[in-house]
Amino acid sequence: MTSYIVRRLLAVFPVVFLVVTLAFFVFQLIPGDPARMYAGEEATQQQVERIREKLGLNRPILVRYITYWKGLVHGDLGTSIYFHTSITDLIGRRFLNTLQLALIAIIAATVFGLIIGTVAAVHRGSIWDYSANLIALLGISIPVFWLGLLLMLFFSLYIGILPTAGNATWKHYLMPSFTLSTFSMAFITRMTRSSMLETLGEDYVNTARAKGLTERRVIIFHALRNALLPILTVVGLRFGYMLGGAVITESVFAWPGMGRLFVTAVNQRDIPLVQGELLIFALAFVLVNVVVDIAYSFIDPRIRH
Amino acid sequence: MRTLRRTSSTIAYFIRHYKIPSVGALLVLLFLLMGIFAPWIAPKDPLHVSPRDSLKPPGREFLLGTDVLGRDLLSRIIYGARVSLLIAVAAVAIGAFIGVVLGMLAGWERKIEMPIMRLMDVLLCFPGIIVALSIVSILGRSIENLIIAIALYRIPQFSRLCYGLTLAIKENTYIEAAAAVGVSNRRTITHHILPNILAPIVVQVSLMIPGAIMTVAALSFLGLGIKPPTPEWGSMLQKSIVWSRDAPHVMIFPGAALMLVVLGFNMLGDGLRDFLDPRIKKV
Repeated sequence: MTSYIVRRLLAVFPVVFLVVTLAFFVFQLIPGDPARMYAGEEATQQQVERIREKLGLNRPILVRYITYWKGLVHGDLGTSIYFHTSITDLIGRRFLNTLQLALIAIIAATVFGLIIGTVAAVHRGSIWDYSANLIALLGISIPVFWLGLLLMLFFSLYIGILPTAGNATWKHYLMPSFTLSTFSMAFITRMTRSSMLETLGEDYVNTARAKGLTERRVIIFHALRNALLPILTVVGLRFGYMLGGAVITESVFAWPGMGRLFVTAVNQRDIPLVQGELLIFALAFVLVNVVVDIAYSFIDPRIRH
Repeated sequence: MRTLRRTSSTIAYFIRHYKIPSVGALLVLLFLLMGIFAPWIAPKDPLHVSPRDSLKPPGREFLLGTDVLGRDLLSRIIYGARVSLLIAVAAVAIGAFIGVVLGMLAGWERKIEMPIMRLMDVLLCFPGIIVALSIVSILGRSIENLIIAIALYRIPQFSRLCYGLTLAIKENTYIEAAAAVGVSNRRTITHHILPNILAPIVVQVSLMIPGAIMTVAALSFLGLGIKPPTPEWGSMLQKSIVWSRDAPHVMIFPGAALMLVVLGFNMLGDGLRDFLDPRIKKV
């Protein structure tokens, strides 16, 4: 078991190495002189040179690449050009904000997705099934920012019971986490339904029924447990993407997280910040998937071998 | 003539047995036609500014009302279909082409499998919107760059799919037979493997387009996509926020258009998957 976990964790390194390397070199492709871009249109040649010196842009690219790595090893992602502060500090607090939001969203999405999907599969062809399918279809089709805006229009502007922006009180969490979870909830519902339909037709489910187990027991411990594997993959993927992909939700609700910071970084062409965030996104995504893989081996011990 | 008859009978079968996907196809067709024939369908000039008509609610003169500059919302939504669909279809087509080629090569040739698939893994670490935003930050904003940005994220999706499929098909005896009678590698790939993996590719295309449409709108919504005054749903939504209290129609209609076209593609895609992919039982 331990060796399996260690093996999976070691597999993180090549991906992280590739991400850092790609993120570093791809952003060298930006046309034009970066130092001049940072300095602004009206800067004198002298100012531009000073900035070039400060950013280390006058050194050869390989030296800069190695320096970047040296920083990373010490947890230093460099300095933001727009905010003039340490990127590690900038990201730290915001990562926690995004993590909170994503956790609430993925838990809600998983719980409701599992329940709705299971009910739909068990009562296949019934009105419950059709409603679940309809809700799931609408859920994957509704544009995230439109949903967020409509919620805001209704609950904040018309009824006035929920705040529109920020993350100060628990009330601030309701609309963003609902908005963020909708797509995943719909996705997990569909996955659960189709996965359950498959296991419900298996022989061991019939055996369980023949043994005289209650239907509830058969569904939860025999059918659902075996249906969980593909669902878990989806949950992991969605959660991994949420950590980086809350861009739109965070922008709509002015949530002080990683996604909104990324939009600012892109808008300001703050390349070190873009690179730093990309690295954190990839790291979070890969780690979540490793955790999912390990969770797999608990649900299905065959996978360890 | 014979193929024509066969095609039309297949379509008839599809419509009869796949009611919901057919509705989806109809929606898609509607928006496609709307986009293509926008200049003929739109009742007004989508760029015509008229301060006198600012934020008019839906009514007889302006069917869906006007925005803050007094531009006809219906005409802007019709023209918006044009930009969104053009970019989404182009991006998915390019992504599919490159992805299919890379995936099949990686599946066919052991030597290049590692570099291609590892690169794809890295791209898959990021949500589509992050990849697109990064590309826009490098290349700048323009329709061409937007297509590249959105296409890039579709490449790994297609290459993953085709890589797996190619690996599976390669094991078949008819591939071995082709090699035995001296069919070239290139011909084996294009004439023996590609036709066999075409159906899942078509399904994937239809399921990728809605995501691409959403990404176009999302980028514009974030102010990093289509530049105003070009009518585009996402940027219309962005502009609508300030006025939504007094003029909710400026927020509701562009979003509804976006949702309908995405819904159409999703309904169609689901049906195509059941129809073309025999491995999945019809549910």
